[in-house]
Amino acid sequence: MKRTPERILALAALAMSVGAPLVARAADPIKIGVIAEVSSISGAAIPQAAKLAADEINAAGGVNGRMIEIVEYDDHNSAADAVRAFQRAANQDKVHAVIASYVSEVVLALEPWSGRLKLPMITPGAASDVISQRVHDDYDHLKYTFHGYLASTFLADSVCDGLKVTGVNTLHMKTAVVMSEDAAWTIPLDAEYLKCLPKIGIQVLDHIRLSPDTTDFTPIFNKIEGLKPDVIVTGISHVGVQPTVQWHDQQVPIPMIGISSQATTSTFYKDTNGATEGVIYQTVSAPEVAVTPKMIPFTNAFVKRYGVTPAYCGYTSYDQVYYIADAIKRAGSTDPDKLVDALEKTSWSGTIGKVEFYGRESPFTHAMKVSPEYVSGLLVQWQGGKQMTVWPSEIANAKMVFPAFVKLPGK
Amino acid sequence: MQFLQILIDGFAISSLYGLGAIGFTLIFGVSGVLNLSHGALMVTAAVIAWAAAGSLHTGPYLGALAGVAASVAMAFATYLLVVRPIQSSRRIPREEKEIFVLTGTLLWGIMLQEAIAYLFTSNPKTVLPLVPGVVSILGVRTPAQEILTAVLSWAAIGLLWLLVNRTRRGKVLLAASINPRGLTLLGFELSEIYLFVWGLYGLLAGLAGVLLGAFLGVSSDNVGTLTASAFSIVVLGGLGSVSGSLIGAYIVGYLETITAYVVSPSIRTIPVLLLLVLAVYVRPQGLMGRR
Repeated sequence: MKRTPERILALAALAMSVGAPLVARAADPIKIGVIAEVSSISGAAIPQAAKLAADEINAAGGVNGRMIEIVEYDDHNSAADAVRAFQRAANQDKVHAVIASYVSEVVLALEPWSGRLKLPMITPGAASDVISQRVHDDYDHLKYTFHGYLASTFLADSVCDGLKVTGVNTLHMKTAVVMSEDAAWTIPLDAEYLKCLPKIGIQVLDHIRLSPDTTDFTPIFNKIEGLKPDVIVTGISHVGVQPTVQWHDQQVPIPMIGISSQATTSTFYKDTNGATEGVIYQTVSAPEVAVTPKMIPFTNAFVKRYGVTPAYCGYTSYDQVYYIADAIKRAGSTDPDKLVDALEKTSWSGTIGKVEFYGRESPFTHAMKVSPEYVSGLLVQWQGGKQMTVWPSEIANAKMVFPAFVKLPGK
Repeated sequence: MQFLQILIDGFAISSLYGLGAIGFTLIFGVSGVLNLSHGALMVTAAVIAWAAAGSLHTGPYLGALAGVAASVAMAFATYLLVVRPIQSSRRIPREEKEIFVLTGTLLWGIMLQEAIAYLFTSNPKTVLPLVPGVVSILGVRTPAQEILTAVLSWAAIGLLWLLVNRTRRGKVLLAASINPRGLTLLGFELSEIYLFVWGLYGLLAGLAGVLLGAFLGVSSDNVGTLTASAFSIVVLGGLGSVSGSLIGAYIVGYLETITAYVVSPSIRTIPVLLLLVLAVYVRPQGLMGRR
């Protein structure tokens, strides 16, 4: 009996020594790597939004008591830098998942590495269809990649859907010139534009692919104007400020509607000295329209912390931290294969809609489901320095207004 | 119609190229320095003009002035922090100094480029136009800013010509480019002349940067291209020759414009590079070169 307290102590010590690693492991942070081009406004939104989400999750107690830690890497918009960052994230920093880049070329370079290093990766902003096609074609190796933004084909369809209501029905447009930058993401985009525009009753007069290095767009606008289309349907992301300013300064009398990624940032108005007035762009999020209950609170929190509204890839990056955390919670582990299984079962109501991924049988394996039920597009127009939603009509908060130099069909 | 459009656009862009290259050639002619941070100076001017007008609400004119002032300050910094320490160093052998200056200014340019990208992001910026609106020239809709670009470029080039040929100060510059040692024997302080010419260069590069920023827009990513284009023009025209640079600027400007309109905007700069290769084979001293 005398020895009992000692025995209890010894047992307690034993229990503690066994339990200690368990306790320490529970407190180990969940690490999410974020690879982005930090010196561009859109790119910077990716880590900024991810940190905001992580802080919110941590403030609410983390994931099963584990805190989320965001590890940032700047890829300087270079695929080589991004691959190095990805390798470092996997081998040295031991992250559990990666949110990577808004540039298709960079994501396509990372995709095989995600497979080789078995590190789940989600892109918040790249668009090329090839990302999910590859997962479909080589699922066993590449299943670790998820496409967390609309694939180019869906982007083009969304523009066509919006243009049917705004352009064809309201403004009586009949002809268009497609103007896209030469990049991986615009190849499927343009192919779909050329298919879906005739279906909504718009004849495509020409299809111009411009070099992303272009600085003087005068010859391009000049050529387009000579064709007299009712609308310029855009596919631009790497370029944005210069074509928009030159469109305005040269008073090109044709409206521009389509994808213009840089126009999604709130600083675009200042960057273009207001030349973006009247430009209509497709997006999945607008600063003042409650597409979902989470959108406005997130936008406000982002503006409060960083002083600008989040770019399109900020919304997706924010959601991604949440649904990665959710998947880890459901998987009960950070094991990559279990995490992939859990991510495939994601059904997350985020800022931009309900996020679910297409399965193995779909040609768009691991791409985000696109439909009004899940995530769908909006058309937003710059009006008086503000981003106003003009389509779909259920949530629109403004009617289309164009600058005086734009000549609409029949006027 | 397209001919007229090419004539007008080509003229504006060539004038701007001329203004940008003339400072580059002046610095080489007078002090023997090939400043590879040239593009960074132009971009600094444009970005500061944009930031002053946009964030401090100074309006376009004060903004443009702030941009030019920033470029002058950076030109002095380039000379005092990079070029002069190399030139006056006793530890660098004389015959290697030129290559040190080349490398030094190149690295300085990259530092400025990264600093701009860090502070203002690498997104392109467009300077508020000094004059808004468009003017119709024989049916070609031309932005008023484009006309002003050509006018201001030529005004600056004209003033420089007057300065060099009609003032005592200018004649000293000319003398320094021909025989610097002779000038020191006459009792002139070379370092003072160099400071003056770097200030003048900052003014020209700054004006070119602000005008380019208002005409087409610039980003920190353009630093290398801008240096390369000034370099091409100057090599084509003949290193150190001001009139050669102007002719070079017009050849490059029009060749680019014709390519962009008639062939494709995507290969705009390629014929110029081919011409440059040809020029180096056939006439390595350039059109008006004297070295």
